[in-house]
Amino acid sequence: MTKTIGKRTLIFPSRPSVNGFYSVVGEKEAQGPLKDWFDLTIGEGHFGEDSWEKAESKLIETATMGAIEQSKLSLTDINCFFGGDLLNQCISANYALRSLQIPFLGLYGACSTMAESLIAGSVFLDGEFGKNVICSTSSHFCSAERQFRFPLEYGGQRPPTAQWTVTGSGACVLSKTGEGPYITHATIGKVIDAGITDLNNMGAAMAPAACHTLCAFLEDTNTTPQDYDKIFTGDLGSIGKDLLRQLLSDNAITAENLEDCGDLIFDSETQDTHAGGSGCGCSASVLNSYILKQMKQKKLKKILFMATGALMSPTSSLQGESIPAIAHLVQIEI
Amino acid sequence: MQHFSKKEYQKQVSKQEKSPWIKNLIWAYCVGGAICVLGQGILTYAKQMGLPKEDAGCVTSITLIFLSGLLTGLGVLDKIAKHAGAGTIVPITGFANAIVSPAMEFKNEGFILGVGAKMFVIAGPVIVYGICSSVIGGLIYYLITGGRL
Repeated sequence: MTKTIGKRTLIFPSRPSVNGFYSVVGEKEAQGPLKDWFDLTIGEGHFGEDSWEKAESKLIETATMGAIEQSKLSLTDINCFFGGDLLNQCISANYALRSLQIPFLGLYGACSTMAESLIAGSVFLDGEFGKNVICSTSSHFCSAERQFRFPLEYGGQRPPTAQWTVTGSGACVLSKTGEGPYITHATIGKVIDAGITDLNNMGAAMAPAACHTLCAFLEDTNTTPQDYDKIFTGDLGSIGKDLLRQLLSDNAITAENLEDCGDLIFDSETQDTHAGGSGCGCSASVLNSYILKQMKQKKLKKILFMATGALMSPTSSLQGESIPAIAHLVQIEI
Repeated sequence: MQHFSKKEYQKQVSKQEKSPWIKNLIWAYCVGGAICVLGQGILTYAKQMGLPKEDAGCVTSITLIFLSGLLTGLGVLDKIAKHAGAGTIVPITGFANAIVSPAMEFKNEGFILGVGAKMFVIAGPVIVYGICSSVIGGLIYYLITGGRL
């Protein structure tokens, strides 16, 4: 028996349950519209460490420990950790796992990693390879800037389409049994390249991938956006969100319940974040606070969470390549 | 997804909000102009103090580079440059910022391969092509004038 419906949507008959979740964010995120939803704020970006990379690693570690504590389990109960980050060789996750000592599968899907880790974790649990797994990702504004763009003190100007990398991490414990919310379906994204080359317009690069995955999921499940309380995209930002709406309407789909984590996390008017938030930590921290808490409170019952990633590399961009993008979708319900 | 045309999509994307160039232009003109006025002030003062013209020019450059480096270190210059754009990048102040900012950023990677190597990551091309073009300019000058000054 294959556990799929339609062409490529996965179903999880065992319904892996989110038994614990935790979010930790930086100072700027904690001043944004979602400030009351996050579990912990680190204040100044170094988080007591002497480099941005170490600080980011500590973000993952803190979020993971928080989620484990909330699920009332201990480190030894966790069978596998699925996660990664934006940095080369996924160093934030690697170094966090050096001290956590949980079996580890590192993932890279740029900003789509949170959904990717949920899918991998759900497949693992549904295949009965373990009882509890961790799904987690992180990003840090300062470590991402120095790897992908310019030094922090460099005096440059950001165009209106640019997004602001979120400093934050989110982690959740998925278990074989529990009180939910449950992961019920998932659609694994394909790499979509719309030929966008502007490194300061990730929203435009990712919107077609989001549209592609959402259309595939709706077709496979024979549902419409109205069947869900909310559809949360990862970090398209305000510009990417508008583009996605346009692309969906070209395909005769209206999704008024569409929200975007990158659009939600900052107030672009007062926080000078231009098109909104981005980075793995964006959708991870919003999912593991604002979204899952609302599900626990039964304000949201059935949602789609679709993290989007621009698979951009400074090397290939310099070689003239366009920016490929991917979007993974999971359905979460109570 | 049935209806998707890359060409149409790229056309749609290109219609998006652009940088506010008139505002940027005014900012760049004012801040860049102010830096030049400051430079002129230093030059005039240095000449009044009795320095020869060439030395006074050197003092002006050194002072502006020092100020830019200092303001970069204090974390102020990037905040000015955010508005000023080309106004701070084009004068010598931008060059100083482009050297100092990576030097600060990469000190965790050590003094040799961190600070030493990375400090030219932005300004390196300016140095390389600046020297190349001055050599070419010098050769052309030599060929035209036959080496007579």
